[in-house]
Amino acid sequence: MLQGWVIVLASFLYLGILFAIAWYADRRADIGRSLIANPVVYALSLGVYCTTWTFYGSVGRAAASGIGFLPIYLGPTLLFALAGFILHKMIRVAKANRITSIADFVASRYGKSQLLGGLVTVIAVVGVIPYIALQLKAVSNSFAILASYPEIIMPATAGAVPLFQDSALYVAMILAAFTILFGTRHLDATERHEGMVAAIAVESVVKLVAFLAVGAFVVWGVHDGVSDIFAQAAAVPEVARRLATADSPAAYGTWGTLVFLSMFASLLLPRQFQIAVVENVDESHLRRAVWMFPLYLFLINLFVLPVALAGMLHFPGGTVDADTFVLTLPMAHQQEALTLLVYIGGLSAATGMVIVETIALSTMVCNDLVMPLLLRLPMLGLAARADLSGLLLEIRRWAIALILGLGYLYFRVAGEAYALVSIGLISFAAVAQFAPVVIGGLFWKGGTRDGALAGLAAGFVLWAYTLLLPSFAKSGWLPDGFIAHGLFGIELLRPQHLFGLTGLDEITHCLVWSLLFNLGAYIGVSLQRVPNVREARQATLFVGGAEAAGAPGWRGSAGVADLLPLAGRFLGLDRAQEAFARHASQRGLKSVTELPADARLVSFAETLLAGAIGSASARVMVASVVKEEPLGIDEVMNILDEASQVRAYTRELEQKSLELTRATAELREANARLRELDRMKDDFISTVTHELRTPLTSIRAFSEMLQEDPKIDLAQRTRFVGIIVSETVRLSRLINQILDLAKLESGRAEWTVAAVDVAEVIHEAAESLTVLFAEKRVTLELEGCEAGLTVLADRDRLMQVMVNLLSNALKFVAADSGHVKVALAALCVPGIPLRGQVTANEVRVSVIDNGPGIQVEDQEVIFDKFHQGAATTDVLTDKPQGTGLGLPISRQIIEYFNGRLWVESTPGAGASFVFTLPRQAGDNGEVPQGDTVPGGGRGHKSPGGNS
Amino acid sequence: MSHRILIVDDEPNIVISLEYLMKKEGFQVAVATDGEAALQQASSFVPDLILLDIMMPRKSGFEVCQALRADPALAAVKIIMLTAKGRETEVAKGLALGADAYITKPFSTRDLVVQIKSLLG
Repeated sequence: MLQGWVIVLASFLYLGILFAIAWYADRRADIGRSLIANPVVYALSLGVYCTTWTFYGSVGRAAASGIGFLPIYLGPTLLFALAGFILHKMIRVAKANRITSIADFVASRYGKSQLLGGLVTVIAVVGVIPYIALQLKAVSNSFAILASYPEIIMPATAGAVPLFQDSALYVAMILAAFTILFGTRHLDATERHEGMVAAIAVESVVKLVAFLAVGAFVVWGVHDGVSDIFAQAAAVPEVARRLATADSPAAYGTWGTLVFLSMFASLLLPRQFQIAVVENVDESHLRRAVWMFPLYLFLINLFVLPVALAGMLHFPGGTVDADTFVLTLPMAHQQEALTLLVYIGGLSAATGMVIVETIALSTMVCNDLVMPLLLRLPMLGLAARADLSGLLLEIRRWAIALILGLGYLYFRVAGEAYALVSIGLISFAAVAQFAPVVIGGLFWKGGTRDGALAGLAAGFVLWAYTLLLPSFAKSGWLPDGFIAHGLFGIELLRPQHLFGLTGLDEITHCLVWSLLFNLGAYIGVSLQRVPNVREARQATLFVGGAEAAGAPGWRGSAGVADLLPLAGRFLGLDRAQEAFARHASQRGLKSVTELPADARLVSFAETLLAGAIGSASARVMVASVVKEEPLGIDEVMNILDEASQVRAYTRELEQKSLELTRATAELREANARLRELDRMKDDFISTVTHELRTPLTSIRAFSEMLQEDPKIDLAQRTRFVGIIVSETVRLSRLINQILDLAKLESGRAEWTVAAVDVAEVIHEAAESLTVLFAEKRVTLELEGCEAGLTVLADRDRLMQVMVNLLSNALKFVAADSGHVKVALAALCVPGIPLRGQVTANEVRVSVIDNGPGIQVEDQEVIFDKFHQGAATTDVLTDKPQGTGLGLPISRQIIEYFNGRLWVESTPGAGASFVFTLPRQAGDNGEVPQGDTVPGGGRGHKSPGGNS
Repeated sequence: MSHRILIVDDEPNIVISLEYLMKKEGFQVAVATDGEAALQQASSFVPDLILLDIMMPRKSGFEVCQALRADPALAAVKIIMLTAKGRETEVAKGLALGADAYITKPFSTRDLVVQIKSLLG
C-alpha cells in the first residue's frame, strides 16, 4: 500500500542515494579520477533541461494541443544539431576566462561590469522563480495525488491549504536543505560541482526510465500497441481533435515562437549554462552531446502523445488534470510499483532542476549581486577581512533558501492561474532576453556595456509588463484593470496588446516586443560610441575565441605576497595555497615563493578569484592590490578592435609619410651639401690644374725654344735652363704640398707627437735657411729663443711651419735692407704676459719682417689655398715664388696641436706672423723673460745675418 | 713695318719666354703684368695683338678683354686669350667677350706663332 510514510520514506531514500552518488563523485574528483569526465555523463546531465514540466507537463500540453508540446524540444534539438558551434564557442570562451555563470559571462564580456552582472542576476532570479514554483507545485501535487491512493483526487488549489499543511512548503524546505548540502559544502575555485553533475546524470536516467516505463505500460499494458490507442482516439471526436496539427494561423506562429524560445532557453537558462558550459569537463564531450542530447529528448517524448490520448480516453470529461496523467494512469490500473517509480521520476525531474538552478542562481546572487554590494560598504570592513570564504558560503546558503522561498511564494500567490507549461514559458521568455547580449557578444565586437545594459533593461521591463505582471493580475494579486484597459487607461499600453498588436498569443506577443526593444537598444546604444579599452579587450577575448585569449589582461604587477592572502580571503588559505602551488609547478617552478611578480601571476590570481566571486568582483579585488600601469599608446592600439586597427594602420601610414617627408628633406639637404662639396672640389681641381699648368707652360715654352734654335747664345741658354730647373722644382714642391694638404685635411696624416723644445726647432729652421738669407743679404734675428719651453707636437711638422714662415718673410722683404726677427715667449692666457709667471700656459712664436706688409682685406685670405699675397709693386721679379699652399698647411698643423696662427700687419710697415701652442705642463725650463716687443729682449743675430 | 704685340701675364717666366719668342719672330713687344697695366699699355703702345692671361691681380683677363672691346679706338686689335684655365665654359666666355682665339697653357710655341701670324694676316 502506498501510504504517506512509504512515499516520504521512498523520497528520502531516493534523495539519500543521490547524495551518496554525489559524495562518491566528489571523492573521486578529489583523487583525480573524475567520474564525470565522460561524454555520456555530460549528455545525460544536459537532461536537466527536462523538468517536471516535461515529465508531467508534456502530457498535459499534448492533451490540450496535440503535438503542440513538441516545439519545446525541437528548439534544443535544432540548437544542438545545427548550432553546436555557438555552444562550442561559449564553452571555450568561458573556460579561457573562468566564467562561473551566465551573469558572469555577460558582465565579463562587456568590460567586467558589476552593474551588468547584477542586472543579469536580477533578471535571472525574477525570471526563473516561477519555474521553481512550478517544480514545487508538481512535487507537492504528485505527493498529494499519491497520498490519496488508490482514489484519484485532484489536489486542492494551493491557496486553499493552510500554510503549515501545505506539502509544497515542506518540499521547498527539503529541497533547500538538500541543495545547500549539494552545492555549498565547500567553495571551489572553478565553481564546478562534480558530485552534483553525477547526481544529475543519474536523475536523468531515472526520469527517462520512469517515463518510458509508464509509456510502455500504457501502450502495451493497457492498450494493444500504439495503433490501438490512435484508433480509439480517432473514434472519439473530442480526443481526435488533438491528432490534428495547429488549427489556426496564430497557432503556427506559436510553434515558431516556441521553437525559437526553447532554443535560447536550452542555452541561457542559468541551469543549462551551468551544466552545459560551466560544468563541462572537456569541450570534446560536446561532439557526442550534439546527438545524444537530442536523442534523450526524443526518447523522453516518445510516449507523450500515446499517454495523453490514453489519459483522455480513460478520464473523459476533464475530471482529471491532464498534467497528472503520467501518475494517475498507473494509479488507475493499480500499478503501485510503477506509480511509485513515476513519482520518483517526477521527483528526479524536480530535484534535478531545483538543485542546479538554485546553485547557479545562488552563485550569481552571491558573486554578482551581494558581494559587490558588501564590498562597497566600507562599514562592514570586508575588504580588510582575512578570510571571506566562510562568508561566501553563508551568502550562497541564504541565497538558496531565499530563492526557494520566493519560488514557494510565487506558487502560493500565482501558481494556480496557469498550467505548468505556461509558467515555464514565462521563464523561457525572461532568459530569452539574454540572447542578444550573449550571442551578440560572442560574434560582434561593437557591443558596449551601455548597449548591453540598455538592451537587457528594455527587454526585462517589457517582459515584466507584458507577461509577468499580467500573470500576477490573473492570479488576483494585482488589480487586473490594466490588462483590459491599458496602463492609465491608455489603450495602446494594454500589456497583452501593446501598441495595438493583436492576433498573437501572449508569449509570442511578449517575445516580439521585448526582443525588438532589447535588440534595438543593445545595438542602438552600442553604436553610440566606440568600445572603450576594457570592452574592446574583452570583445577580443570573446569574439576572437580562445586563440585570442593568450594575452594577459593585466599590465601591472603584484607579487605572491599580495595575491596569495587576497585569494586566501575568499577561497580559504589552504585552497589558495594549493592553487598557487599548482600554478607554480605549471610554470616549472619549485615553490610558490619563486613565482615572479608579473602580469601572468596577476591574471592567474584574478581567474582564481573569479571562480569564487565572479569576474567583475575579482577584477575590483585584484585591482586593489595591483598598481596597474597606465596603458601605453602601443598597447591600446594592440588590443582595440578592427576599427582601431584601421586607425592604427592609418596612424602608421601618417607616421611613415611623415618620416618620408623628413627623409626627403634630409636627402635634399645632403644633396645640396654634396653639390656644394662637388663645386668646391671642382674649383679646387680647377685651381690646382691652373697652378700645375703655369710652371709647365714655362718649362714647355723654354724647352721648345731651346729645341728649335740650337744656336741660342750660352748666356740665354743658361738662363733658360735655369728657369726650366726652377720651374720643375716648383712643380715638384707644388705636387708635394697638394698631397700634404690633402693628407692633413682628410686626417690621414701621420703624426709623431712628443715634447718638443720650441727654441731648438727655431734654431734648426734658421740654420737651414742661412744660405738663402745670406744670398739676399737679409738679417735674421732670434730673440728670447732659449731652451726650456716645450710643447707637445710633431717636431718635423713644427719645423715645416717655421721654415715656411721664415721663407715667406724672406720672400717678401727687400734684399739688403730686409730684416726678419723671430721672437719666442711664454704667456699666461688669458690676459697680458706676466713676467716670471710660472703659470704661463702658452708658448708664442712671432716671425716679424720689415717687408711691404699685407692689406687688411688680404690678412685672412692668404690662409686660403692658392691665395698668394700680392706684391705691392708690379716689378716682374717680385712675383712671389710659391705655391700658395704654405700658409694653409701651416695653419692646419698649428691648429692640429690646439694652437692658432694668424698675421698682424700694417701695410707698408712689415708683417708679423704669430702662432701659439699650449705649453706642456711640467717643462722645467725657466720662463724666458722676453716679450714680444721688437728689440726689447736679448736677441742675437742669426748665423746668416751678416749685412 | 713689324707688328706690335702686348704680352699680359703675371707669371715672370712665361713673360720671359713669350717676350723672347715674339722678338725672335720680329715683333715689337711690350709687357704688362696685371690687368690695369695692360689697359694702360694698350692705349699707349697701341698693339696689333694682345696675348692675354686670365688669372691676374687687379683685373682679370676677362675684364681687360671686355674693356678693350668697349673702346672703339682699339676695335681692330686682335686678342688671344692665353690661359691655364681650360674649361669649356671659360673658353666660351672668352670668345663671347670678343677674344679672337683661346689658347690653353701649356701651349706649343710653334702653334702659337702660327696662330698669331694667321690673325695678323
